Amino acid sequence: MTGIVRISDDALARACGAESLVMAFEKLGWTVEHVSSWGMHWLEPLVEVNGVGWGAVTVDRVADIAEGGAHDLCIGPVAEHPFIASQQQLTFARAGRTRPLSLDDYATTGGWAGLDRAREIGGEQVLAEMLRSGLRGRGGAGFPAGIKWQTVAKAEGTRKYVVCNADEGDSGTFADRMLMEGDPFALIEGMAICAHAVGASQGYIYLRSEYPDAQRKLEAALALSAHIIAPFRVEVRMGAGTYVCGEETSLLNSLEGKRGEVRAKPPLPALQGLFGCPTVVNNVLTLAAVPHILTEGGAALYESLGVERSKGTMPIQIAGNVKHGGLYETAFGVTLRELVYDIAGGTASGRPVKAVQVGGPLGAYIHPDQFDLPFDYEAYTAADALIGHGGIVVFDDTADMAALARFAMQFCAAESCGKCTPCRIGSVRGTEIIERILTGGRKADAVESLPQMHNVRQSERSLEEQVMLLEDLCETMKFGSLCALGGFTPYPVMSALRHWPEDFGLAREAALA
Amino acid sequence: MKTIDEIVADHADREGPLLPILHEIQAALGCIDAEAETRIAELLNLTRAEVHGVVSFYHDFKTKPDERPVVQVCRAEACQARGVEAMMAAAHLAAGDRVRLDTVYCLGLCSVGPNARVGDDLHARLNENSLAKLVENA
Ligand SMILES: Cc1cc2nc3c(=O)[nH]c(=O)nc-3n(C[C@H](O)[C@H](O)[C@H](O)COP(=O)(O)O)c2cc1C
Ligand code: SF4
Ligand code: FES
Repeated sequence: MTGIVRISDDALARACGAESLVMAFEKLGWTVEHVSSWGMHWLEPLVEVNGVGWGAVTVDRVADIAEGGAHDLCIGPVAEHPFIASQQQLTFARAGRTRPLSLDDYATTGGWAGLDRAREIGGEQVLAEMLRSGLRGRGGAGFPAGIKWQTVAKAEGTRKYVVCNADEGDSGTFADRMLMEGDPFALIEGMAICAHAVGASQGYIYLRSEYPDAQRKLEAALALSAHIIAPFRVEVRMGAGTYVCGEETSLLNSLEGKRGEVRAKPPLPALQGLFGCPTVVNNVLTLAAVPHILTEGGAALYESLGVERSKGTMPIQIAGNVKHGGLYETAFGVTLRELVYDIAGGTASGRPVKAVQVGGPLGAYIHPDQFDLPFDYEAYTAADALIGHGGIVVFDDTADMAALARFAMQFCAAESCGKCTPCRIGSVRGTEIIERILTGGRKADAVESLPQMHNVRQSERSLEEQVMLLEDLCETMKFGSLCALGGFTPYPVMSALRHWPEDFGLAREAALA
Repeated sequence: MKTIDEIVADHADREGPLLPILHEIQAALGCIDAEAETRIAELLNLTRAEVHGVVSFYHDFKTKPDERPVVQVCRAEACQARGVEAMMAAAHLAAGDRVRLDTVYCLGLCSVGPNARVGDDLHARLNENSLAKLVENA
């Protein structure tokens, strides 16, 4: 039997062996369509024939599937799989369904409708609809996108920029990557709508260098769509392996060819951004949500989803030790309990869940006792946690929370831009204190033991004093750092200490004092 | 192979051209050494200190050549949750001095880790054996 088989060419599917399946099917005379990924990562590489899926497929099963067999791997109609059917897909409406670089596929699934309409209704009206939708920045800070656009639109200046933040450095996140690889025209359309609304003629996509596949896709997509978005132009610029360059002002310095040091605000990038010109900096997901919002009735629909001030949908990335990891887009308000147990199916190891880190390396570790927390910016803030870019990383009971707290400090030390002291030095000291807590204190060193050092304290610090010192340091970092790298590193550290003191060798009461 | 002068000339009409230039030189020459920094500075009308400041800021740029094959292993939280740390001893053993083992923080494949990158090829669902084999074959 031969026919058409659909296999994703997403980097994750390829890393899981999709290419060998492509070759095997072609050898049997099949036509292979390279589509985007559905986001059911535990089933990658996924093979789809006439809407029916098989996964995760290994190359020795290809002949079986070609004959309509391999029932043990068959998942039935892919679109009806509970993981897909229970989502509310707006940003990822095309996931798994279209060929990423096909302009035809894009246009027949509603592509460019938002841009066409934006051009018709004019900039003012676009801004009004963006405000109405309630869309907030998906990069981490959750700032209302419409207000940012309005500021840039009103700013004085003949030269303005639209910059897409595609630095996606947070561990446990991959939605930007999937969007850029799977639906690159959606991002380009979103940027073009933004440029039209604020009056910009040049755009940049600042892409992390860890994503070579996304670079290829974006550059190909930009070449194919240049005539559609003209006179607006977009260029892809590669980062250079530095986490802090995801921070918007550091990113702008990097684009200008400088060290990626964070700038003090004000001035806001919206007023003095790239090369001192008014600049919109938005995350990939923020911009990719725009085409849908700008279609007829899109803003009202978006505004009707979600809870409180968290409107619309969030592409949630389920990662770490889970059975069913992948991309799950749903309206705000979903609880961690639903995400971890119902949707992700619990841990891959089959062991009990110990902790979930939400929001990347700067996000808090959340204890199963708090799993009723709804996905909502304000609810997370109130719980000393953050949603960030919407990644959740699940750990089973073998996780060592003290080691993870130390890792958070080490990561901050490795990635600090060096501009401010609480972060640059605090992170190093923080690592040392946690080290001392874990190894039971530290003896006076050679210099401290000299007789003339009479100001040095002679008694060793107790465990409780070390913990107090760590808490003090975290306070200083939280309130004294210029940006969220130093400012939020205390979240993973303090949450680990509060909820799992026994991992630090402390009695439960000590940490709660 | 292109010279530094040619590479700089190719990017001359871009806004803020330094990072694209450094990427291309790093790829072509394997590093950006003092000599390269001096030449780039001359061509762009910068001081060498400015160029060096940029080169030393970014993890991707190296100031010394290293001919060894490189395997980048993700050791960020999601890959830790899937057991990467327990695999590192065997990976280091397999690497010896022949292969450079670099740590990266996240390759964007966090649901199917532990993961590694060799050149532009990504490898997922690694275990102790398959990572060690990947290193041996690098
Ligand atoms: C250390 C640090 C890293 C960040 N990394 C990213 C990132 O990788 N991607 C991103 O979109 N925003 C990142 N941000 C947030 C940006 O500073 C900024 O808020 C965002 O790009 C604005 O776009 P948005 O309003 O669409 O979210 C980071 C912030 C900090 C402090
Ligand atoms: S908090 Fe850290 S990364 Fe942020 S500006 Fe200060 S030193 Fe730089
Ligand atoms: S944490 Fe390892 S790939 Fe993301």
